Amino acid sequence: MADQNLVENDEPLLVAKSLSKSFGRIKACRDVSFSLYPGEVLAIVGESGSGKSTLLQMLSGQLAPSAGHVSYRMRDGITRDLATLGEAERRFLFRTDWGFVHQDPAQGLRMAVSAGANVGERLMAVGWNHYGRIRDTASDWLTRVEIDTARIDDAPRTYSGGMRQRLQIARNLVTEPRLVFMDEPTGGLDVSVQARLLDLLRSLVAELNLAVIIVTHDLAVARLLSHRVMVMKGGRVIETGLTDQVLDDPREPYTQLLVSSILPP
Amino acid sequence: MNAPAYNFAYLDEQTKRMIRRAILKAIAIPGYQVPFASREMPMPYGWGTGGVQVTAAILGPQDVLKVIDQGSDDTTNAISIRKFFAKTAGVATTTATDEATVIQTRHRIPETALRANQVLVYQVPIPEPLRFLEPRETETRRMHALAEYGLMHVKLYEDIARFGHIATAYAYPVKVNARYVMDPSPTPKFDNPKMDNCPALQLFGAGREKRIYAIPPYTQVVSLDFEDHPFEPYRFNAPCALCGAENSYLDEIVTDDKGGRMFVCSDTDYCEGRQAAGHHGSLSAAPYKEKAQEASNG
Repeated sequence: MADQNLVENDEPLLVAKSLSKSFGRIKACRDVSFSLYPGEVLAIVGESGSGKSTLLQMLSGQLAPSAGHVSYRMRDGITRDLATLGEAERRFLFRTDWGFVHQDPAQGLRMAVSAGANVGERLMAVGWNHYGRIRDTASDWLTRVEIDTARIDDAPRTYSGGMRQRLQIARNLVTEPRLVFMDEPTGGLDVSVQARLLDLLRSLVAELNLAVIIVTHDLAVARLLSHRVMVMKGGRVIETGLTDQVLDDPREPYTQLLVSSILPP
Repeated sequence: MNAPAYNFAYLDEQTKRMIRRAILKAIAIPGYQVPFASREMPMPYGWGTGGVQVTAAILGPQDVLKVIDQGSDDTTNAISIRKFFAKTAGVATTTATDEATVIQTRHRIPETALRANQVLVYQVPIPEPLRFLEPRETETRRMHALAEYGLMHVKLYEDIARFGHIATAYAYPVKVNARYVMDPSPTPKFDNPKMDNCPALQLFGAGREKRIYAIPPYTQVVSLDFEDHPFEPYRFNAPCALCGAENSYLDEIVTDDKGGRMFVCSDTDYCEGRQAAGHHGSLSAAPYKEKAQEASNG
């Protein structure tokens, strides 16, 4: 059994091969390649317009690349090209084995239905048909993301920004995905709330052995959460490596600028 | 009586062909909403423009038409539509469910069991069962196409979380032929079991939303529910005050300003039929009381 796990962890979960995307004359993303392994947290950093979000959308199958392809190792162990998946399969993958945490919780949540139903929706989508069990699982997850279970029947529009973001995380993790995409998950939150959210994310990632691709312009987030960093500029990956290595000893002038632009503590 | 200015049954023949094609497609794919080029009708939207167009397209000179509104044959809407077809198509009309070949309905299914060779035409205000959960039409169409119906259970979940039981009392979502989730129009959920395996053809027309859908005869129709909160048809627990029926759907009628009320069958034809057959309730009109007394004296 241990050998089996070893073999499984040896193979990459997600492989991107020379991904490019152009919108007319604009080249948003050029020739990006990398592999992501199970349990690994990869941060994609860079300034606005560097192609981070375009890359994330291509990786998560929401945007078709102009060139190159993305393949993913399914739960059955077979690695498949995302472009060959039918729409039904892709959507199924998206709500079971993947999670997507948006910067704006209103995009990832149903603001008008209760927190419990928000968490339970994915379960019901994969055929859970027992109210009691759905509700128990939902309240269990609310506890894990530190939301008071007394608020399970309140709609997220009555929640604070930090709570909404934690609810969004619970909603995504309830089906026990293996890969979670995050687009600026701490954007728009104040510093103390950010710190709590990062703390929570870090423990969940470790506990569930999640692979995460996190897009952020905040180097502190990258340092806290990620094992590896990819620095993007003008649609290209200009530097990549272990987080400490890249952030403590940046090689490229742009990365040096990025790192030095943080105020010293 | 036929107004010469109109074609038979008001609509022109090309329009009827277009609607019939939509109906045929709807029957071929039970529960699927077929778009059609809904016409302006001489009545406001919300008064049954969809139902009227479907009826106009399927009506033949030999048909006998019955129109009900909330179960009743004698409300404004029902009478107007019945007169409309009596005038524009010259067809025979009736209030008896047994005699009718085409029944146009708003919000009820008759109590008398329907039989083969009858067609039930529903007036539908909002055909999309997922509408209030997912406002984007492109998205709901995709969800139907991929049979992604988790969202429908979210609505039922919300009901239980808020009220302790599934509080949806009308327009209760059903799954047709184990494939499409469908809005049965705002009929009370009491009527949902009648749709299952029904010998009559059921057609649904939504004029404003320009959709037609259908349940062919003898098709499985299942009301959605949870394992631990199964579907239950709702009926107020009282006999009809006029005919004493214990198993019909009841209307509540307020009789004074001191809280007085009575419950009577919402299906007037069914209630009248039972009264004529000698059944009576607690508030029956005098003739039947006398008859009952005579019977007990004699």
